[in-house]
Amino acid sequence: MQLIHCPWCGPREEVEFHYGGQAGVAYPERPAELSDQDWAEYVFYRDNPKGTFAERWSHSAGCRRWFDAVRDTHTYRFLSTTKPRPKEVRV
Amino acid sequence: MTTNPPGADLPEHPDFLWRNPEPKKTYDVVIVGGGGHGLATAHYLAKNHGITNVAVLEKGWLAGGNMARNTTLIRSNYLWDESAAIYEHSLKLWEGLEDDLGYPILFSQRGVLNLAHTEQDIRDSVRRVEANKLNGIDAEWLEPDEVKRICPIINTSEDIRYPVQGATYQARAGIAKHDYVAWGFARRADEAGIDLIQDCEVLGFTVDGDRVTGVRTSRGDIGCGTVALCAAGHTSVLLDHLGVRAPLQSHPLQALVSELLEPVHPTIVMSNAVHVYVSQAHKGELVMGAGVDAYNGYGQRGAFHIIERQMAAAVELFPVFARAHLLRSWAGIVDVTPDASPIIGHTPYENVFVNAGWGTGGFKATPGIGWCYAHTIAHGEPHPYVAPFSLGRFTTGALVDEHGAAAVAH
Ligand SMILES: Cc1cc2nc3c(=O)[nH]c(=O)nc-3n(C[C@H](O)[C@H](O)[C@H](O)COP(=O)(O)OP(=O)(O)OC[C@H]3O[C@@H](n4cnc5c(N)ncnc54)[C@H](O)[C@@H]3O)c2cc1C
Ligand SMILES: [Zn+2]
Repeated sequence: MQLIHCPWCGPREEVEFHYGGQAGVAYPERPAELSDQDWAEYVFYRDNPKGTFAERWSHSAGCRRWFDAVRDTHTYRFLSTTKPRPKEVRV
Repeated sequence: MTTNPPGADLPEHPDFLWRNPEPKKTYDVVIVGGGGHGLATAHYLAKNHGITNVAVLEKGWLAGGNMARNTTLIRSNYLWDESAAIYEHSLKLWEGLEDDLGYPILFSQRGVLNLAHTEQDIRDSVRRVEANKLNGIDAEWLEPDEVKRICPIINTSEDIRYPVQGATYQARAGIAKHDYVAWGFARRADEAGIDLIQDCEVLGFTVDGDRVTGVRTSRGDIGCGTVALCAAGHTSVLLDHLGVRAPLQSHPLQALVSELLEPVHPTIVMSNAVHVYVSQAHKGELVMGAGVDAYNGYGQRGAFHIIERQMAAAVELFPVFARAHLLRSWAGIVDVTPDASPIIGHTPYENVFVNAGWGTGGFKATPGIGWCYAHTIAHGEPHPYVAPFSLGRFTTGALVDEHGAAAVAH
């Protein structure tokens, strides 16, 4: 079991966390214009690299907040964990 | 069940396994990945289609990936017609495989119990039994006392956290000796003149428009007419070289064995709800597994808390296991898809085929997929049994959602 660094609570045991898959998959900006293939990509397709991967994790048995992590899928080592960046404000 | 002492029925190893050839400059078919699926495909390419100018390229040693790491459960009690067709085709081939390969594989049809623990489990299980029967697959619904009769060591008390409310039973399900299965296919392919090339990692491809003309390997470039991917958990890595995306996620899946015990466990028991499944191997080890580790991984190891949870479930269901010692544990890397069904068939490259996404349950499919994939390669069109499993189904929405019958349980 490894320690995962929650950006709010600090290092906690892995069992307190929930895995949320790839980070940064944004909801389509213009959904009405999406082709079937675009929808398939949005709903079903995720990256699956052997190496560094940007992921979402939730500290589900702690502060219950989501955060972003960069992890090596080969060694399983966490390279960084960060609070989610606030959305850009559009004008 | 045999009355021989455990291990007494293990056959002697043969004195010859297969050649270890140097790669040729070019082949009609290059199969990437020398696991069970790659080897079975090679065998049926030769046997059913007379195609023998074939190489199987394996980055490690033959069948050292998931083929060597799986818990060898074989069954065909899947819910949907598409899955029932391919898994039942495979089970029928298992039933004659020893003769076909001329090699012992210790296929033991000892039956499988899939436990139900809740009202909803019961409804889902009975539905699956009826669906199986409609597809000509042997299936029964059993009450707890009948479960106890088939597997006396199981705890059917009503006082446990998730009492056993009954089970589905497929009597023709079983286990086989996975290494022997691989070696049997390898020997047959080798005899037919197919080159099995170990220590040969595919690192990339040479591409000409929408065709692949060769593979780049750790042992040099090899030209090819057709490329057939059989790389299980590493398929995404290979597809990345081609710029092709597929909805696959690679996860560690762990298993473990106990020390050798007297024959105590006559069948296979699986429980999706409490996350454990177990059978007793020919020599006497209890072989156990559970679900995948949640995160993506390629490390061929997993987290200890998964094993702890699985053991807690096992000891509650089988109190006698409390005295067994864990001998060793390990993980393989399995590739899971959004609908828990495999991806087989065309890719955007005209002469590259994909066979992947079998996740936690592809061992049982080994002969069946070898048969259908060989047909697909030989004809350039998917065999009818695999046609529903195209990459295109994620765009059309024609998913084969087998989470109920496939995910977790193997
Ligand atoms: C712990 C565990 C338990 C399981 N239990 C069951 C079960 O009880 N029943 C069941 O039906 N299924 C089970 N499975 C699933 C089953 O093992 C797999 O679905 C099946 O083995 C996949 O097909 P394969 O045999 O060809 O894969 P593998 O044996 O993994 O073959 C793929 C091969 O490709 C090679 N390769 C990868 N990349 C490259 C490259 N770039 N170049 C060359 N070679 C490459 C790998 O080294 C590997 O040997 C289990 C899996 C695991 C890990
Ligand atoms: Zn926290």
